[in-house]
Amino acid sequence: MDLTLLMYLIPSLIMFGCGVYGFITRKNMIAMLISLELMLNSADINFVVFNRYLFPAQHEGMFFTLFAIAIAAAETAVAIAIIINVYRIAKNVDINKITKMKF
Amino acid sequence: MESLGNVIMYVIIALTIIVFSVLAVTTKKILRSATYLLFVLLATAAIYFQMDYEFLGATQIAVYAGGIVVLFVFAIMLTHKPGEDAAPLTSHKRILGLIACGAGVILCVAALLGYAKFCSQSLPSMSDFTIDRLGEMLLSTDKFGYLLPFEAVSVLLLACIIGGVVIARKR
Repeated sequence: MDLTLLMYLIPSLIMFGCGVYGFITRKNMIAMLISLELMLNSADINFVVFNRYLFPAQHEGMFFTLFAIAIAAAETAVAIAIIINVYRIAKNVDINKITKMKF
Repeated sequence: MESLGNVIMYVIIALTIIVFSVLAVTTKKILRSATYLLFVLLATAAIYFQMDYEFLGATQIAVYAGGIVVLFVFAIMLTHKPGEDAAPLTSHKRILGLIACGAGVILCVAALLGYAKFCSQSLPSMSDFTIDRLGEMLLSTDKFGYLLPFEAVSVLLLACIIGGVVIARKR
């Protein structure tokens, strides 16, 4: 049995679908951020798998993923700082109850 | 032909990713959601190891499993009151979420079926990609060098540290 390109794309696709579902249905800001991480991660898997299967002599996809991981870490740190600040002001992180900045 | 160990490893990784990513977005407790995310990230690192990118797998474990998940756990502890039972993550707009997710997945599956021949190739062998080659590529300025993005990322991380401290400090 061969491990084909498709067999790595299917779990990544399901992970992305879960991320989209969670991002739309969750009300908690941190839970939304977790769904966002799932989506970013599935895109990273696709970069690496396409690079490895289609262009094994070059490593652009691998470097792209390396930088994407660094940027995702920065984005998560800033987002969590904002969420903690929102919690200090509004005392919860539910997106339906945070209405202070609505006009 | 792949070795049997590789196939078994692949099945374990794929099942872990599918089961835990579904659980991470459907569970009612937020701390459990963060724990399931950790398992998904570790399985992703295992995929990188299987693709022979050892440095990338190590980075994934160090940054995601070691850094981001810990950050998530701390943020959950800081924003949810301890002691009392945490409010369940009741979902809203569930139909809309299912439609968006299902439409996206069906579109991607249709696209993949359109490229069935392209998708059925097996793993080619990779020329020797050692860690010193990676270091040279990361710090060189010629055609396949990545010095400029490397420096840009270092400036971005500095900006992120300052931004995080400024946003989250006590006033």
